[in-house]
Amino acid sequence: MADVTFTVDGKKLTAPAGTLLIDACRTAGIEIPAFCYYPGLSLQAACRMCVVRIEKMPKLQTACTTPVAEGMVVQTETEEVKQSRKAVLELLLGNHPLDCPVCDAGGECELQDMTFKYGAGESKYIETKQHREEQKWSPVVYFDRPRCILCYRCVRVCGEGMDVWALGVQNRGVTSVIAPNGGDHLGCEECGMCIDICPVGALTSDTYRYKTRPWEMNHVGTVCTHCGDGCKTTLGVKRSNDGMEIVRGDNRDKSGINNDFLCIKGRYAFDFANRTDRLTTPLVRQADGKLAPVSWEEALTFAANKLNEVRSNRGGNAIGVIGSNRTTNEENYLLQKFARGVLGTNNIDHHRTADYAAFAAALKGKANREASLRDFISAPAMLLLGNDPTEQHPALAWQIRSNVRQNRARLYVANHREIKLRRQAKAAVELPQDGYASFISYLAGNDGAFTGNDANDFREALRKEESLVIAFGSEFRGRDIQALVEFGLSMPNVKFACLGDYSNSRGAADMGLLPDLLPGYVPVASEHKFAEETGIEWPKQPGLDLVQMLDAAGSGEIGALYVVGANPVARYGVDPSALKNTFLVVQDMFLTETAVLADVVFPAANAYEKAGTITNTYGDLQLVKKAADKAGVRSDFELIVRLADKMGADPKKLVPFGKGVRADFGQSRGAQSGEADRHAVWLSANHLEPKLSPFDPFAIFDEIQRLVPSYNVPRLNLLAGNDEHVKSELVQIDTTGSRRDLVLPANDGLYTSGTLGRYSDKLAEVLASKTTEIAETAAD
Amino acid sequence: MPKLVSHPDEVRIISRRFGTGAENIDKYVELDGYKAAQLCIEKGPEFIINEMKASGLRGRGGAGFPTGLKWSFVPKNVDRPKYVLVNGDESEPGTCKDHLIFLHDPHAIIEGTIIAGLAIGAKMGFIYLRGEYRYLLKIMEKAVADAYAKGYLGKNIFGSGIDFEVVTQTGAGAYEVGEESALMESLEGKRGVPRIKPPFPAVVGLYGGPTVINNAETIASVPHIFLMGGEAYAKVGSERNGGTRLFGISGHVEKPGVYELPMGYNLKKAIYEVAGGVLGGKKLKAVVPGGSSTPVLTADELDVGLDFDQMGKAGTMLGSGGIVVLDETVSMVEFALRTISFYQHESCGWCIPCREGTDWLKKTIGRVYAGGGVEKDLDNIKYLAENMMGRTFCPLGDAAAMPTIGFIKKFRHEFEEYVRGNAGVSPAEHDAALVSLG
Ligand SMILES: Cc1cc2nc3c(=O)[nH]c(=O)nc-3n(C[C@H](O)[C@H](O)[C@H](O)COP(=O)(O)O)c2cc1C
Ligand code: SF4
Ligand code: SF4
Ligand code: SF4
Ligand code: FES
Repeated sequence: MADVTFTVDGKKLTAPAGTLLIDACRTAGIEIPAFCYYPGLSLQAACRMCVVRIEKMPKLQTACTTPVAEGMVVQTETEEVKQSRKAVLELLLGNHPLDCPVCDAGGECELQDMTFKYGAGESKYIETKQHREEQKWSPVVYFDRPRCILCYRCVRVCGEGMDVWALGVQNRGVTSVIAPNGGDHLGCEECGMCIDICPVGALTSDTYRYKTRPWEMNHVGTVCTHCGDGCKTTLGVKRSNDGMEIVRGDNRDKSGINNDFLCIKGRYAFDFANRTDRLTTPLVRQADGKLAPVSWEEALTFAANKLNEVRSNRGGNAIGVIGSNRTTNEENYLLQKFARGVLGTNNIDHHRTADYAAFAAALKGKANREASLRDFISAPAMLLLGNDPTEQHPALAWQIRSNVRQNRARLYVANHREIKLRRQAKAAVELPQDGYASFISYLAGNDGAFTGNDANDFREALRKEESLVIAFGSEFRGRDIQALVEFGLSMPNVKFACLGDYSNSRGAADMGLLPDLLPGYVPVASEHKFAEETGIEWPKQPGLDLVQMLDAAGSGEIGALYVVGANPVARYGVDPSALKNTFLVVQDMFLTETAVLADVVFPAANAYEKAGTITNTYGDLQLVKKAADKAGVRSDFELIVRLADKMGADPKKLVPFGKGVRADFGQSRGAQSGEADRHAVWLSANHLEPKLSPFDPFAIFDEIQRLVPSYNVPRLNLLAGNDEHVKSELVQIDTTGSRRDLVLPANDGLYTSGTLGRYSDKLAEVLASKTTEIAETAAD
Repeated sequence: MPKLVSHPDEVRIISRRFGTGAENIDKYVELDGYKAAQLCIEKGPEFIINEMKASGLRGRGGAGFPTGLKWSFVPKNVDRPKYVLVNGDESEPGTCKDHLIFLHDPHAIIEGTIIAGLAIGAKMGFIYLRGEYRYLLKIMEKAVADAYAKGYLGKNIFGSGIDFEVVTQTGAGAYEVGEESALMESLEGKRGVPRIKPPFPAVVGLYGGPTVINNAETIASVPHIFLMGGEAYAKVGSERNGGTRLFGISGHVEKPGVYELPMGYNLKKAIYEVAGGVLGGKKLKAVVPGGSSTPVLTADELDVGLDFDQMGKAGTMLGSGGIVVLDETVSMVEFALRTISFYQHESCGWCIPCREGTDWLKKTIGRVYAGGGVEKDLDNIKYLAENMMGRTFCPLGDAAAMPTIGFIKKFRHEFEEYVRGNAGVSPAEHDAALVSLG
């Protein structure tokens, strides 16, 4: 729209016609107070805080509903305006319990802030206040009605934003009250958006309420460790008996790719960190067959000696390495470097939840074809093939809904299930479970490939799109991905997203946790730069994949397995007896089904307790920062270095610290103020330079950026806490031939998150409540 | 059926068929019924709107917006369906005029609706009755069914090739759904909360379609305009206020009732001559001239013409035409409390100033009335009401604030008597009154 010029508080401003005055002012740095206005949600004009004086208008006007117009003259802070706002506050406070000293929101409450600014210090009434008892609406949501100012943000974010519609308004007039549409309970997706968006302390969460005061926490911006969407989150952490405890997660500053969205997992499922059964000392299996706590020295020496023994007696190929979907890129890179360079084997793999290698091959050499999660907020059209984002990629589902609602974007859904996002779809086609490949063939013009209701209209409409992002689930693998990308490229302006399941599944593949591919999808057999740069010998023969390794362990071909942050025994249903002759080293937070079989278990830190980078499934690279801490645990990075060191490898070769490192993730210094710098202590004891630590992942990030061209993205933005998209066109994969299909979708829903999720008590509680809810509905 | 009243000064246009049995369709037709609609079919929309503008008819719902002008705002070429909406929510205390039309002349409403539909190109009309008027629904429904049976509604009305449907609906008992956009929400099955304007109903109204919404009396006046001719109709009234209006005169008068008087008729005359003066020859203390939301007039302020402009000049409003006369025995504090209690009860709760403001006004005035007030409360009542005025989402907030400001300004001395304990009413009486107010 054309720009218009108008005047606010004497300043000439310009904005596109139709812009709301409140937005135009905010863009120009003029703050207009607002309770009910919330960008992206429908307008309410209910709180009357945003009133301003506009020339030629008889009454004060609400800036949240007034579009700017040519020549408009506005005053935002006249005495009249200030008085009007003050009067609103006085009215609100009249019925408010004024329990700020114990309220969760105290110190970060919009009502407090406004009162501070406009003043409403005098009590004008002596009558009793409206009071209602606090209510618990779900395992996570509590409602304290007297604090509610009826801004309707919660109602809208639940309905418009989440498409859940669990909240409504009951009664009228002064007895109006926010209430669940389901009577006494929400029966919702438990995302906690309502709590987060509440400007006051009326909605509170079970995990955070009455736990702390906001100013007693440290706030650390990092990334959620659950699904593949990689939501940015700010963790509020507080000192505990044995470290720093996470007490809440939100993205209130709306930084990052998810705006203010977090699902239940990002918002509440950090409680695994504080479980009492968390491992905090190394364990070694004793002569009596039982695992017992031992010193770090003993455990490391024992593991190192055993691994050395297998390597020297039977060769590196008698050792297998299984990596993780949640460890950082630096850890993954280091792990494969350790496997290849120290253990001398390409037997390395991870639980693959999507065929990223096939995707990389399909996009090789094609610049700007991979969609960021950001693209789904703005794309004019979206095609969703397979997957159920509401369950598996909640942030993606949020972006898609927002895009449809706010920009009237068109969504096309083809799925074998009746997924919830069909409600937002302009067109939808139901496919047979194995019908995806033929449907793509049909879309590409092969009429005979697919018959089904609506398919023709779907294709006609889709073909008219001039700019499209395509997201596809793990229903697509290998050649099907190739065919899909080929079809897609026949349309103008297409981008693709391959949907995999965990926070760093993509990074695991990108960083070469694969038996045939090095970081950046460089074939192990090819001539590559890794050898010359690292001074390490890299084996050329492709190794065993994960399933082969497990089989080989069972048959005795593999003598030792090193498992980092993974639970293959549960995931692949391994018979425990099959591993009884394998020397098993496991790094984990808990005695998982795999760890319990191990000979050595190292207590590992989780993603919230370390620094590094991770890559979400869309290729958005982000910084992970150390927020929490737990006495006794070590990051996987540190554990790998220590193990290599004990095995006699040169840590300087493994981690090129001191070599052109330009910055530091903050890990080696202890992220929390006052925390003992135990890395530095260790370094001094080993006569190493304390400032350049072999445990500093930035040294490896440096190496990654040198050797993996797709990851050579501008660093400053990343360090500032923003996302950078990897350059997927620069991968060096061999695009001929096909690989064995090893994709095993995690099939997680909103309330599960693989093995890690099972250690979240909150998720377990919610999951149990959902099961009863379903049972009750069925009984109705 | 309530007794009808009459007075020689009345000009009977809308009420012409009251008491004649015109709820029967044949009787209605005999008394020139449906002639106007047929004329309008013949002449077309432009003629209708010009005639409406010439008539000087202004909305009888309260705001007095020129009806012809309102109809002309509806965009001509849109692909969304257009609607006519008859506002029969009549809930303003002191107002009981639409009720008589529904009772005695339901076909006038149907005919007016048809004409409005012809004017804007709507194919559908809704007649919305207040929840408490459920007993009138039967009459209205029968009239609609009879009109359908005669071919005056439905497909091809009067053989003209034009289709027009009419649907009746009742509210659920909220004053606020008389506000036009809240009424639309209610009709669509949602909470009766008003909508943000703009867009105005003429552009985006019921179900998102352009909608003309008019008060029942406005709509019932329409056929008469075409029977008389717009100009002739205009002449009956005063300057820029065409025609007649049903005034409901109630309270302390000798002959309370609904009288049809020409616009601009003198208020004092209406009370002292038409309605027979103050009951029992007592002294008049105050008059609420146009429904409970209009600012009160004192005995000295009554020499004013009953039209939108003259009443505005007198610092009050013509409003809904419900004139409430209060004699010297009335406690203005109690009356203020009664009034604010209504608005407190009816506030929809959407916006803060009205939701909280009406409640604190009720509590504060209630306390003053019960003898627990202090001087500062009186300033506070004024402060509260003044801070609601013009600041609320819809005019209900103003409707609560305006009369309150009027009471405290014009009768502050009475409030002071209460604060000083000189009101002469026993505390027991106060308590009983408060309890009954809930
Ligand atoms: C709180 C409130 C209540 C109202 N109640 C009524 C009502 O009961 N009947 C009515 O006709 N108009 C009522 N109105 C006015 C309507 O909003 C609208 O202006 C009217 O129906 C338009 O019709 P008119 O132009 O024929 O007057 C009310 C307005 C407000 C703000
Ligand atoms: S609970 Fe919070 S978000 Fe919801 S209406 Fe009340 S104040 Fe607003
Ligand atoms: S959508 Fe995924 S990344 Fe975002 S909060 Fe939920 S689990 Fe975490
Ligand atoms: S002024 Fe506000 S609270 Fe009162 S009725 Fe209108 S919208 Fe509802
Ligand atoms: S922000 Fe404009 S009325 Fe609430």
